[in-house]
Amino acid sequence: MALNATKIPFWRDIRVLRVLLQVLFLIGVVLLAGVLYANMQRGLRALGLTLNLDFLKNEAGFEISEGIEYTPADTYLKAFWVGVVNTLKVSLIGIVCATILGLIVGIARLSRNWLIRTLAAIYVECFRNIPLLLQILFWYTAVILQLPRVRESIALFDSVFINQRGVYLPSPEPTAGLTALPFGWSSFLLVGLILAVILYIVRARKLRQLERPGFRAKWALPAFLIVAVLGWFLTPEKPFTLDLPVLRGFNFVGGMSLSPEFSALLIGLSVYTGAFIAEIVRSGIQAVAKGQREAASAVGLSDSQTLRLIVLPQAIPIIVPPLTSQYLNLAKNSSLAIAIGFPDMFSVGNTMMLQTGQSIPVFAMIMVSYLIMSLTTSAGMNWYNRWINRIGR
Amino acid sequence: MAELARTQEIKPPQSSKQVLPWMKENLFSTWYNSLLTIVALGFVSFVLKGILTWAFTDANWGVIPANLQLFAVGAYPKTEIWRVWVVLYTVSALAGLSAGIWGGMPLRFAVAIGGIGIIGALLPLDSSTLGWATRGWILGGVALLAGFLTLGLSTTRLASQALLSKLHRWLVGGWLLSFPWTLIMLRGFGENAVMTTNWGGLLLTLILAAVGIVFCFPLGVLLALGRRSTLPAIKWVSTAYIEIVRGVPLITILFMAQIMIPIFMPDVRLDKVLRAMLGLTLFSAAYMAENVRGGLQAIPKGQYEAAHALGLNYPLTMLFIVLPQALRSVIPAIVGQFIALFKDTSLVTIVGLLDLLGIAKTVIANPDWLGLQAEVYLFVAGIYFVFSYAMSYISQKIEAALGVGKT
Repeated sequence: MALNATKIPFWRDIRVLRVLLQVLFLIGVVLLAGVLYANMQRGLRALGLTLNLDFLKNEAGFEISEGIEYTPADTYLKAFWVGVVNTLKVSLIGIVCATILGLIVGIARLSRNWLIRTLAAIYVECFRNIPLLLQILFWYTAVILQLPRVRESIALFDSVFINQRGVYLPSPEPTAGLTALPFGWSSFLLVGLILAVILYIVRARKLRQLERPGFRAKWALPAFLIVAVLGWFLTPEKPFTLDLPVLRGFNFVGGMSLSPEFSALLIGLSVYTGAFIAEIVRSGIQAVAKGQREAASAVGLSDSQTLRLIVLPQAIPIIVPPLTSQYLNLAKNSSLAIAIGFPDMFSVGNTMMLQTGQSIPVFAMIMVSYLIMSLTTSAGMNWYNRWINRIGR
Repeated sequence: MAELARTQEIKPPQSSKQVLPWMKENLFSTWYNSLLTIVALGFVSFVLKGILTWAFTDANWGVIPANLQLFAVGAYPKTEIWRVWVVLYTVSALAGLSAGIWGGMPLRFAVAIGGIGIIGALLPLDSSTLGWATRGWILGGVALLAGFLTLGLSTTRLASQALLSKLHRWLVGGWLLSFPWTLIMLRGFGENAVMTTNWGGLLLTLILAAVGIVFCFPLGVLLALGRRSTLPAIKWVSTAYIEIVRGVPLITILFMAQIMIPIFMPDVRLDKVLRAMLGLTLFSAAYMAENVRGGLQAIPKGQYEAAHALGLNYPLTMLFIVLPQALRSVIPAIVGQFIALFKDTSLVTIVGLLDLLGIAKTVIANPDWLGLQAEVYLFVAGIYFVFSYAMSYISQKIEAALGVGKT
């Protein structure tokens, strides 16, 4: 009781100190923000600008070289949206390409073949250690813009043309054979799908009865493929025709085309991120204890069963978190498009800033868009992590 | 040499080094491996043939020696170049001394740098591109390095243990002081002062990276501690900062530093280079904070409790108990962050600075050297590669030396 009787002075009471410290900290933050805000008001007055979003409804008046439908007569908001779609497009395609490249190289780094292993290591070390911006500039100015002119295009099978104006690919065009009833290709696909689902369930049930691991889609997959292929030949009209690019006048017409800027950005992003993904895949697979593999082969699992049932389930939870952060890096790095003139969100936003002088709202729009992208991905990531760890390891 | 002989280790018997069994095992073990080997060989020979033909017949490498000074220091005035040499000499003296005293990896590095210096000085270029004065400066630097190296080596032999530990401390202090010294020396005072806007080339790249690394580290540690704080206000502000910065690309931060600082702080006059430094530092601090936080999370609670029981307050606990352990365990991640920062400095090109990549772009745009993009970019890529690769090599060695992941 004697201890309680002596009252601690308030400047040594941890409860008071905690509150005091936070209050001081907040006052500091608020003061800083206030000074910045006052400065901003003063600066804006000096420039004769007011802070609002009305300018978004005005006519943009600048060209955007590629993307969804857009004319200079559209609004700034529409122009920004074109940029957003371009960013999403290059990021998504880049993620797919980088993942495929990274998977192949990551597995190649563990190959028993010395040559393959070494080549994969050289690729990873070279592309990881050189700045991405330099790589993109290299692909753009030293490779793609140095390709032959339109008339001397590199032609592959007379359907793919590569020249300094971009890459021209044939595009599939759906015909009446796809949708015609009752014997269009889509009806065959539907029948095949139903059959596949039934076979999958049957096979899964059988495997459960046998209490043995196995490939559940072993019957469903071939069945679906057979029906699909049969359907392709049985329909009265081919479901797709290929629209081939043809040289007409000064350029190619028809098919799809990838602009030089898009191609350079895509190659740069995929090759750079692919090197990082390869390392993630390699370390993920190596993190699975060797004993697991040996035990699997000791109980008689085949090589593919070991990989599918033992190694991958343990490697994937290790691989996925860093993989997602690489995906996010790729999406953020797509902003380097501004260096080669691909109209992504950042580059369009920059043009808008230069034209309207409304740098603060445009910056806010750009940052909020990137933040939405990042935060939704990390929310998805956290959910996935919980879901994976729910199994308990 | 005598030491080497004493500690010679006995290696396990080696597997057969004969060519044919090795090839059988490593290249042609199964039919698909043989197929892969043949396809890969075809690919490699095709690519190598293309690259070598280009490099030796079509490429015009003359652009590199002709612009060597631009690549090295950018628009740094010719009359003030001696400042750069003074800085280099300071660094090589320090490097020589530390290599001599610490031995091991720093020693090997110093020897490698000296070797590169000698080769560089003796390159068969004509005197208009690599003047005799420059060769002299380089050789002088190598001599200085070698001199301090021997000094360091002999002190380790002769000095007592107490003196040695004092020397270690002085060396660390010397390295810390060399940083402001470098900046002051390069800038200079009075009418001969070299504005930061005249810094360029590899010099600017290295300065940007060094400034970023030096300043983002303490800021990152503070942010990490803030995010782990039990005081909600501090925790939320730190978390918001870290997440926002990590959620947007570096280029937006750099643009913001260029455009927003004049709006929000009109009274502070910062030139382009300083604004870029500020942007790089604020950006990498957020990433550094996350790395440090990873290390903090790995510290067992008992460490805090023990420190508390001994009567240490918060700053002392952090400084002497928690941070030394936390930082040690995340050294690889921190070095990885430094490498990323080094590569990221190239983004200042987009905001119009003439770093190594910016200089490359101006050289390419020079009408005398049109159409030499591939040569210039490959040369610059080589420089970036050497620096990043060296850093990751050092990181691996530190990791092995500290036994991270083994304890």
